[in-house]
Formats: sequence, structure tokens, C-alpha cells
Amino acid sequence: MLTIQQVAQVLPGQDNVLSWVLQIVFLGIFVVFMFYGQRIQMYIMIREVEGSLFKLRMMRDEGRKSAIKTINEIGKPQVDPTAQVDRFLEYFAISPVDLDPAGIIWRLEHVLDVQDLRLKEDVKLMAPAADATQINNLENTLEAALMLNIIYKVIRHYYLLGKKTLSLYIIMQVQMILPLIMKEAEAFASALKAFELGQPIGDGAGALVAAKLMRNFEKTKIEKDVVVAKVPLEGRTAYVLKAEGPGGNVGKPGEAIKQVIEQNEGKISLAIVIDAAGKLEGEKTGEVAEGIGVAIGGPGVDKYKVEETALKYKVPVNAIVIKEDVGDAVSPMRKEIFDAADSVIERIKRLIRERTKEGDFIIIAGVGNSIGIGQ
Amino acid sequence: MEAAASMTRRISPFLLAILMIAFVLSLASIYAGFEAYIRNNSSEGSLYLTMGMTTLIISTYLWLQTRKHMLRFGMGMEPLNTTVECLKCGFKNVRDFQRGDYIFKHTEDQCPKCNEKTMTIGSIFREVKEKEKAREAGYS
Repeated sequence: MLTIQQVAQVLPGQDNVLSWVLQIVFLGIFVVFMFYGQRIQMYIMIREVEGSLFKLRMMRDEGRKSAIKTINEIGKPQVDPTAQVDRFLEYFAISPVDLDPAGIIWRLEHVLDVQDLRLKEDVKLMAPAADATQINNLENTLEAALMLNIIYKVIRHYYLLGKKTLSLYIIMQVQMILPLIMKEAEAFASALKAFELGQPIGDGAGALVAAKLMRNFEKTKIEKDVVVAKVPLEGRTAYVLKAEGPGGNVGKPGEAIKQVIEQNEGKISLAIVIDAAGKLEGEKTGEVAEGIGVAIGGPGVDKYKVEETALKYKVPVNAIVIKEDVGDAVSPMRKEIFDAADSVIERIKRLIRERTKEGDFIIIAGVGNSIGIGQ
Repeated sequence: MEAAASMTRRISPFLLAILMIAFVLSLASIYAGFEAYIRNNSSEGSLYLTMGMTTLIISTYLWLQTRKHMLRFGMGMEPLNTTVECLKCGFKNVRDFQRGDYIFKHTEDQCPKCNEKTMTIGSIFREVKEKEKAREAGYS
């Protein structure tokens, strides 16, 4: 091996050809890095973004292929659905103007309703042989593929823009948020399989709790795609709500809760909303936490309706959440999340014993996608 | 996503060329090192051998890294288990998920224990490996 003297021979100042060569190389590297350091750094970042972009393109293509395959298998279309799927993947919805925010919730609700109706009709046209459950699952599959397409196109846009302008700052911004975007994209990619096969996903944790509570009780349909059951619980009467399963569905829980409160003329002692919630790094998947407020995600229409009605009738709203990360929320349900449903039920029972009296009426709403969860 | 694993990322020809040059130079350096030792010039021999071995290790490592990158490309997901249970006698059977399964679905299967057609899907979930859980937990 090298001794100190041998190493010293190659250092500057020694009468050695190799040491001179190395000295020139080191000086050359120094000069190159002084003038082109930033550019080299940018090229390294561009390569990194390019690698992720390749992976995103692959996911997008897989999503598209998987959607077409499932439509052909389930929907038995007369014509090739590829063109319709491609049209679906470019679909967009314009949110209402917010310069005058008064009434924006109702306008947003209308846009979402029209969008939902339009997507369902498109899926029905693509897959004429599919039943209602399969149409919901296909819609979810196509929505996941649509999300992958959007992510791919946005990242491609910034990548090409950065390359075109050679702006370090454009590339840097994309490169910095890339790990989070990739995590989200991978979640949607794994969701594709779950939606395609109708498997329960992590987001359905709230719906699972409601399904366990309403099992063996008579269910009636209330509002769009939401079922309700009157369940005796700890001497109280609970209206248990969930999106109708087993098709991929979130329904309109806000409108359903509003209707139940109004049907009971506000005589509801407690409303408990159960939903899956994003966990912080370090927290365990399936951890249960409780608090106050309306635990309903999405664009905010349902949350607004519950808040408005609860305020009008002074109904206390409590929330119980099951912690999971974005990947777990859209991928097949994990055991920890499934097991958490029982501990949520225990918490519900404790809450109603502590906060309500026997004979009271309460609402228990399990929010989330009911895919793969019956009732 | 099975097809994903078979897809490979395009490796830059520039990177491949650099790796190839480094590999050839490292072999030349090792050869020069041995030659120097034969000529009884041990200091020069050590230097060439060290340079050659270092370059060989680095270039091989980089080449293996690009291969590893290609293999890690697929999106794996643990298999989903469906637990079918008899509502009458409590008999449980765990099997792989099948299309059409959903939680609380009444199946037409007969219970192998009590022979009643009261089999219902009680749970569907996937189990994440302990290694993955430890990675998720991070420092704690």
C-alpha cells in the first residue's frame, strides 16, 4: 500500500511527471468548477428530474393500459375504448370564480355534481355491460389514471421549461419537491390495482367503522350514494351513515348529515364523524386520535354543510381519525388500519356514554371511499 | 404493474462510455503496477496498483448501481388476504383476495365445519412486513 513518502511524491513540488499531470488536472477541475459549477449542478438536477419523469411516464402509461384492459374485460364495449379513455385522461374541471366568495360553496357543489354525472355517463358509455358497482370502480380507476397523467404532464412542463431556459431555479424547485410528488404518484399507481379489482383502500377506514356498526340492521338510502341505519348503541339511538358500498364511492356525507339533523328537527345530542387522516412522519399507521370539528376531506362542500347545520341547531360535532399516510390512503387497506376500526368503535361508545344521556339521538358518520366495503 | 418490473430505464451512453474508459484505464493501471513491481520499482508499482484498484472498484460500483436502479423500478405491493368466516360456528378461512370479494359479502360457500351456507367475508387487508414497518417508524 501507499506510504506517506509515496503520496508526497505525487504532490506539487516534487520532481515527478505524474505530480505535474495531477497538478494540472486539479487546477483544470478547479477552474471548470469555478466557472461552470452551477451549470454542472443543474445538469445533475436535470438528470435526476429526467429519471423521475421516466418513472412517471411509465406509471401514466401503465395506468392508461390498465384502465383500457379493465374496461374491455368488464364493460364488453362494442368499439375500442382507447380514444374515449384518452379523452377522459385530459378531462378538467374549472373551479368557480372566487372574486366574490358569497355563495361559492353552492356553485362549487354544482360544478362537482356536473363533473360526477359527466364522468359516470362517460364510463357507462365506455363500459355498457358494467353494473353500478363496477361503474364506480371503473370511474375510480380512470380518476387515478387521470391524476397520474396530470402529475406527469406538470413535471414534464417544468422539466422542459428548466431545460429550455437553463434556469437553475426552475429545475431546483421541481427537484426539491420531487420526492413528495413521487410518493403521491406511487400511491396513485398502487391505487390503480385496488380500484381495478375493487379492493378496500385505506381511505375507507371511516366507512369500515360505520359498516361494522350498521351490520345486521336495516339500511335505507339517503341522499346521493349514502346509506343510513338506525342502530341502538349504549341505550341511545345512533344514525349510522356511510357511502354505499362495495363500489368506489364517497357519496355526499355532508348533505346526508344535514338531512338527518333536519329530519330530527335538530334534536341530535352528538355527531361523530370518523375519517382517515394524514399522519405525520414518526406516527404509526392506524393510530387513532379524537378531536372536535368535522373530519371530512375533499373540496369542502360537505364540511361546510355539516358546520352550517351543526351551528344552526347547536349540535356538537366530534371527530375521530385514523392516521395513515397518503400512500396507505389510496392503496389496499393495511391490517393496522383494519384493526383500528375496533378501537374506534370502543372510542365511540366511550364518547357517547360520556357526552350523551340514555335515549338521546346521535349521528355517527363514517366518511371515506367505500370501495370493497359492503354494509 | 407486473409489466413495470420488466421495463428498464435508458442508461446514458455518455455515462456508459465514462465507465468503460475508467474500467479500461484501471486495468491498464493495474498492469502497469505489476510491471513496475517486476522491475523492482515498488513505489511506482504501489501507486499504479492503488490507483487501478480504486478506479476498478468505483467503476464497478457505479455500474452495479445503475443495474440496481433498473431492478428497483417495479412497484411491489403485499398480497391481500381475505378472511371468510362462518356466522354460525365461527370457522375462519384465510385465502388470497379474488375479484368480487368485499367486506361483509355473503358467499355461497358451504362452511366446512357446520355445512351451513353462512360464510361471510369478515376482513380484507394486507400485512406489511416488519422490515417495512421499521423503515416507516424511522428513528423511534
